[in-house]
Amino acid sequence: MWEVFIQTKPGLSHKHAGTVQAATAEMALQNARDVYTRRKEGTSIWVVPTKYIVTSEGIDKEAFFDPADDKLYRHPTFYQIPNDVKNM
Amino acid sequence: MKNYLLKLADDTLIMGQRLAEWCGKGPYLEEDIALTNIALDYLGQSSLFYKYATQFYEGKSEDDLAFLRYEHEYLNAQLTEFPNGDYAQTILKTYFFAVYQKILFEKLMKSQDSQLAALAEKALKEVKYHYAHTKTWLNVFANGTEESINRLGNAVGNLWEYTGGLFDKTEEEENLTKLEIVPDSEMLENEWQGTIQKDFQEFGMQIPENAFMQKGSRKGIHTEYFGYILCELQYMQRAYPGCEW
Repeated sequence: MWEVFIQTKPGLSHKHAGTVQAATAEMALQNARDVYTRRKEGTSIWVVPTKYIVTSEGIDKEAFFDPADDKLYRHPTFYQIPNDVKNM
Repeated sequence: MKNYLLKLADDTLIMGQRLAEWCGKGPYLEEDIALTNIALDYLGQSSLFYKYATQFYEGKSEDDLAFLRYEHEYLNAQLTEFPNGDYAQTILKTYFFAVYQKILFEKLMKSQDSQLAALAEKALKEVKYHYAHTKTWLNVFANGTEESINRLGNAVGNLWEYTGGLFDKTEEEENLTKLEIVPDSEMLENEWQGTIQKDFQEFGMQIPENAFMQKGSRKGIHTEYFGYILCELQYMQRAYPGCEW
C-alpha cells in the first residue's frame, strides 16, 4: 500500500489524496496518476509506502491536542490586514 | 488521404472499444481505472481523426463514420479487434499498439499536413504514457511467476501474426508518403521491430521465429471477431438513428 500526495499547483504543498495498492514504486506512481489526477488535479505526485507513515493514532489524544484549545493568542487574529492583501 | 485518416481513426476506435470491455472488471481498482483511461484516450483520438476525415466525406458526420459503416469499410488493423484474452494478452496487445503509435506519431508530427501534425503531437503525449504503463506490466509478467511467464508466452504466440497488419498500407498511402504527409510504413515497421527486440531482450522474452503474418488489414478484411464488436458498437446508432447524449 502507498499513500498518495498530490500537488495541485506549482508552489503549493502536496496534500494527501488517498491510497493505492501497487507492487513497486514505479507502479504506485502510475496508479496514483491514473486514479487521482485524471481530472487535472495535479502537477506533481508523491507516493510513500504506507508502512513508513508514523501516526498519532493510539497516543493520548487529550494530552496531545487539548492544550492547544485555549491558546487563542497563538492565532494571528489581532492584526489589521491591509485591504490590498488577498488570500490571507 | 481519407483512407489514411480512417485507418488512424478505426484503429483507435476499435482499440478503445475492446479495452473498454475491461471497465469494471479490471484485476484491481487502480488498474481498472488505468485501462479505462487508456480506452478513453483512444476514443478521444479516434474522435479527432474522424472529425478530420469528415472534411473528405461530404455530408457525413463524425458519428456516421464511426457508427454507420459496414464491416468491410473499416480499415483498422486486425490486431486491434483481437479479443482481450487474459490480462497478459491485453497488456501485450496494448503494448504492441503503443509502440506502433509512438513511432508513428513521432513521425506524423513532422507531416507536411499541419492538421495531421497537430493531432499527432497531441496524441503522442497520451501514447508515451500507454507505452510506459504497459512496459511496466510486461516487466511484472516477464519477471513474475511461472504462471505469468507462461501466460505472457501464450499471448505472444496468439498475437504475433497479427502485428504485421499494423503496417499494411491503405490504397493511397504511397502517394502520401511521397508527398511527405505520412511516414513510410516499412520504415515504421523496422523501427517497431527494433524497439520490440530491445524490450523483449530486456525482459528475456522471445520473438516467434515463424514470420507468418496475417493479411488483409487496411483493406477491410477482418477476423471473425469483428462483426460482434460492430454489433455492440453500432447498436445505439442503429436502434435510435441520430441519437445524442
